[in-house]
Amino acid sequence: MFDFLEGYDVLGAFWMTVKLTAVSAIGSLIWGTLLAAMRVSPVPLMRGFGTAYVNIVRNIPLTVIIVFASLGLADIFGVTMGASDNFDVQGFRLAVLGFVAYTAAFVCEAIRSGINTVPVGQAEAARAIGLSFSQVLRLIVLPQAFRSVIGPLANVLIALTKNTTVAAAIGVAEAATLMKTMIENEAQTLAIGAVFALGFVVLTLPTGLFLGWLSKRLAVKR
Amino acid sequence: MTSVLYDAPGPRAKRRNVILSVVFFILLALFLWWIWRAMDDKGQLKWALWEPFTTSQAWTTYLLPGLSNTLKAAALAMVIGLPLGALFGISRLSDHRWLRASAGTVVEFFRAIPVLLLMLFANEFYVRYTDVSSEQRPLYAVVTGLVLYNASVLAEIVRAGILSLPRGQSEAAMAIGLRKGQVMTNVLLPQAVTVMLPAIVSQLVVIVKDTALGGVMLGFTELLNSRSTLAANYANVIPSFIVVAVIYIVLNFILTSFASWLEGKLRRSKRSTGAVLGADDVDDINAGEVGGTAATDAGGTT
Repeated sequence: MFDFLEGYDVLGAFWMTVKLTAVSAIGSLIWGTLLAAMRVSPVPLMRGFGTAYVNIVRNIPLTVIIVFASLGLADIFGVTMGASDNFDVQGFRLAVLGFVAYTAAFVCEAIRSGINTVPVGQAEAARAIGLSFSQVLRLIVLPQAFRSVIGPLANVLIALTKNTTVAAAIGVAEAATLMKTMIENEAQTLAIGAVFALGFVVLTLPTGLFLGWLSKRLAVKR
Repeated sequence: MTSVLYDAPGPRAKRRNVILSVVFFILLALFLWWIWRAMDDKGQLKWALWEPFTTSQAWTTYLLPGLSNTLKAAALAMVIGLPLGALFGISRLSDHRWLRASAGTVVEFFRAIPVLLLMLFANEFYVRYTDVSSEQRPLYAVVTGLVLYNASVLAEIVRAGILSLPRGQSEAAMAIGLRKGQVMTNVLLPQAVTVMLPAIVSQLVVIVKDTALGGVMLGFTELLNSRSTLAANYANVIPSFIVVAVIYIVLNFILTSFASWLEGKLRRSKRSTGAVLGADDVDDINAGEVGGTAATDAGGTT
């Protein structure tokens, strides 16, 4: 019944999707945290930069960013991400660059909202007992902020998993690329659609359930 | 001004802030200068590449038709998706377990799948099983993909909107003898629509952005696709990307601002119950956290 799968590396394509998601998730967590730090910093210029970045990047379609990474950055500016000879590796890295640039805006907003949920009184009390700025941040604010943003960050991660399919637009060999090839060549459109849909449900469902459970367990009850 | 992270600055903190500002300004300026140099090196600043955008021909031949197709697909997806979403959202709140469960399965399924897969599938489906003409097919496929995904997201928005209304509303309606259907159509839905309005407008941003997928993958002649035709004609890849990105940013920024203006207005208005679904709730629902709590909590936190 599933003989249409023969000759196609479905698992390999989904493994590429997982790799894209994992690398982009780590990158966007770092860049998003930096952006969030800018947005809550006391320096107006940094706050302005963070706000502008988030508002601009959120409103550009991810497809435009990914296609620009390939046609603009790579072809015109010669940005090859250290893989000028290997087109596959280059496509992967350019896609990751695009996903990080886009997803970081959403990570930034999630983390910022987490910092905003910590009541000002907590920090005032901490300062009153003589804690320094870094102690307030390390011991009081960040632990509460991070625990309250696990849910929103999980949502960003799931959205990122689904968004990695956009890499098909620049020919990265991930799940959507393979699905496009397969439904063009094979007769069983419905079965192929079902296999790939199932693949994404398998990827996102456990992530959502686990992180949802974790966020409920760790949430600071107020 | 104080926040959780910093107090009102004293003399030392003020000095430090000034130093930080200067350092950040220099870094930012260096970065912009570096981009400017890179563009200059590749000859992307030549007026010849930008000039087409000052002529009406580039706009009337490429960009405006593309934009109108983008808007057409987005509008169709919203107009078809909204009633479908409302139907599924209400079904998820039904008293009948089989209806609740099946609507729930459909909604969670389509939220968990990338829109691109839905579009690719719809495109192939139309090729095989229908006689939609090949010029119309990309539009059909894009709208079908968008409708399937966004109807399920809108279903969650509708459900969250109805759940965010105070319990007393339906209790009072039942106390005066309305039937279940009447409670829904006469009391809950009209209020829920107001509550959901900002969230629905925010969802439009997501739909507009997703139409771009159809341009690259299905050959739908929307804005991003028109950009490549334009760039092929005038040989101005970078300027065309910048102009198209600006169009998207302006369009979506207007929608976002309208949504948050609406949200603020509804929160302040005396007639509302104070419950409003805002843009943040839309982000949570869009992720499609299967079995998650985002949708049910949404709107309750006002």
